[in-house]
Amino acid sequence: MRKEQTLGEVLAAKGVSRRGFMKFVAATTSLMALPPAMIPKVAAALENARRPSVIWLPFQECTGCTESLTRSHAPSLEGLIFDTISLDYQETIMAAAGHQAEEALAEAMKLNDGKYLLAVDGSIPTKDKAFSCIGGKSNYDVFVEAAKGAAAIVCVGTCSSFGGIPAAQPNPTGAKSVTEVLKEAGIDKPVINVPGCPPLPNAITGVLAQYLTFGQLPELDHLGRPKAFYGQNIHDRCYRRPFYERGQFAETFDDEGAKKGWCLFKVGCKGPVTYNACATIKWNGGTGWPVEGGHGCLGCSEPGFWDWGGFYKPLSQGQWGGWKTLGVAAAAGAAIGLASVAVTRSRQAKARQEAKV
Amino acid sequence: MTLLEFARGPGMQWALVIFLVGVVWRLVGSFLLARNRDLSKPKGTAYAKAGVRAMIMRSIPPHELEKNIQFQHLSGYAWHLGFFATLLLFGPHVPFFKQFLGFGWPTLPNIVVLVIGGFTLAILIALLIRRAIHPVMRQISTLDDWISVFLVIIPLVTGFLSYSHVEIGAVRYETMLALHILSIEVLLVWFPFSKLMHMFYTFPSRYQVGVAMERKGVKA
Repeated sequence: MRKEQTLGEVLAAKGVSRRGFMKFVAATTSLMALPPAMIPKVAAALENARRPSVIWLPFQECTGCTESLTRSHAPSLEGLIFDTISLDYQETIMAAAGHQAEEALAEAMKLNDGKYLLAVDGSIPTKDKAFSCIGGKSNYDVFVEAAKGAAAIVCVGTCSSFGGIPAAQPNPTGAKSVTEVLKEAGIDKPVINVPGCPPLPNAITGVLAQYLTFGQLPELDHLGRPKAFYGQNIHDRCYRRPFYERGQFAETFDDEGAKKGWCLFKVGCKGPVTYNACATIKWNGGTGWPVEGGHGCLGCSEPGFWDWGGFYKPLSQGQWGGWKTLGVAAAAGAAIGLASVAVTRSRQAKARQEAKV
Repeated sequence: MTLLEFARGPGMQWALVIFLVGVVWRLVGSFLLARNRDLSKPKGTAYAKAGVRAMIMRSIPPHELEKNIQFQHLSGYAWHLGFFATLLLFGPHVPFFKQFLGFGWPTLPNIVVLVIGGFTLAILIALLIRRAIHPVMRQISTLDDWISVFLVIIPLVTGFLSYSHVEIGAVRYETMLALHILSIEVLLVWFPFSKLMHMFYTFPSRYQVGVAMERKGVKA
């Protein structure tokens, strides 16, 4: 595919009908929370969009985010949109390897300096930079170098957005998010977080579509996430919510409540504190999502979800320390009580003695 | 560490430790207080019966005062029952107790608990206003009274706000939930050092009064 080709030309060449394209545009416009009047404008902008250069850097990650995108429900319009960006460096799917790959990265950065979109997947180790290296260069150095020339940075997945699983306590590698490393390195670039473990493919393509359409990043929430995808609470949009209201809960994963599809709050669902579009867009081509599959939400699009005290611990439970800690507390209380009684009694005895004298 | 992580982690742990240290300290201190030996000849010896009778009789208003204290009495019972029903019969609260006890219990539909909670909150606010405007109540109220009532009201208010998922400025559900849990933790920390200890003292002290009166031959 030539870099000069527009998206419209690419889609026509791939045999995508006008109707199919407009359906995608309508869905994307809706996902971006834009009014229906914007559909023709989005369609025109997308059709005429030129391929922006995207450099995708993987650090401490599991490739699940890439899998989420590439294995979504191909071939899809989202996939084709993804095809139409100039993905100049992506280790998982690129043909080049070794020095050739690194040369491709250097060339892409040089040719598109200040214009490329930097997609990052995975957290960055900072305790010892040597913990994760590519081509002899540490993740930290590769990222800082690439970030300097980027127009904007898209964090794909929770690891790059907030640290993710590699940052879980005790965080042996000193894993940090992209935002933290940028702050540390003194680089000021627009960052958009697309968290999730993995994120919804629609969220990734939606951000890219917005960038293709308007040349700017979407409206973000206080955690740098696009509001169009992370503006709503899972619990508020959950189809099991009526069971919560009725006080009908699954107590275990194989009881009557679980079989009847009751609320999963008591088996650790973190839906009430999670903001994502899983409940509305769903996964695997809109066929289902974890809660529909009978498992509570893990809260994977939220910072710190990996250290919330256990995936199966309900939100109303906490780290109470166990009976041993409470036993020690009770013993300490008893000791203080006995000491205070001893002091009081000795004072009383003394007063009585003095009264007698 | 977010506010919710603090509330569910170290906050909860420290609140429980302080609560337990304080409660056991005060209970041991009170029950082992030195008392002068009563050298008089007992006029009655049915101590247990008298103790239990006092526990029951002092839980209902004395006939002579019934008219004057009816509101105070009934509202007191109503909000106590409502508070404990909200605490123990709201579905999401049960896992909190289950983590200590290892077992749960059936709960009420949310709408029922909401009505009970709303009723409880309304009574507490009415009592707080009464305490502020009633000349006698105002005179006899101490800082402990004000703080204790306030700390009982706050968990109900934050509970309603977190249940309704209302966003107040930047305060979203997770922050409101954290504030709700923290309000309970503050209540636990305050508990042993305040009038809230009456939860443990009320019935033993009534029993003790019944026993003392029995010994003196007084039917009270």
